[in-house]
Amino acid sequence: MAATQNTALKGTQQGFVYLPLILGWLVPGAGHFLVRKWGRGALLAVSILSMYALGLAMQGKVYTSAHDILDILQLAGDLCSGLLYFVSRMLGLGADSVQVTTADYGTRFIVVAGLLNVIAAVDAHNLRTGRKPS
Amino acid sequence: MFSPSHFTAVVLFALFASVVFGITMRDTPARMVRYGAYCFALFVGSAIVLSWAMYFIAR
Repeated sequence: MAATQNTALKGTQQGFVYLPLILGWLVPGAGHFLVRKWGRGALLAVSILSMYALGLAMQGKVYTSAHDILDILQLAGDLCSGLLYFVSRMLGLGADSVQVTTADYGTRFIVVAGLLNVIAAVDAHNLRTGRKPS
Repeated sequence: MFSPSHFTAVVLFALFASVVFGITMRDTPARMVRYGAYCFALFVGSAIVLSWAMYFIAR
């Protein structure tokens, strides 16, 4: 029984185990697609993309630079969105500053979408290494 | 531009965060759904309770 479990664990750890983590960070849900968790990946992708898109639609601020500790933390949260952040920067999406009340919500939506994306990417990594059984 | 009410923003935030929490924090689909629903209820419930608390504090 123990030998079977060891063999199964070794089987799951072959190859580059950080690929789901990196891919999951770059594209929401892609880490789960890589480990063949199609349904979970789709739900994660829809949730994170919707949250990010709603943040942009609410004129949320996409951080480009940081002047104090709170700005640095929010910039780090934005960067957790992976390609979404870089595409938004390239297309000039999001506001430069918060002008209306809903923009404040939008800014939080964008930051939290990034944080949720990292949680999802780490989950994909745990599935890949076998730390999370299924 | 999308301008939701405060409550709509809370519900949308709770919905998306709960889906991610449910999927990532539990192992089986049944437990994922239960935990996601639990997180959603806590998010929205605590927002309603805190809103009423602030309403009475402000008066």
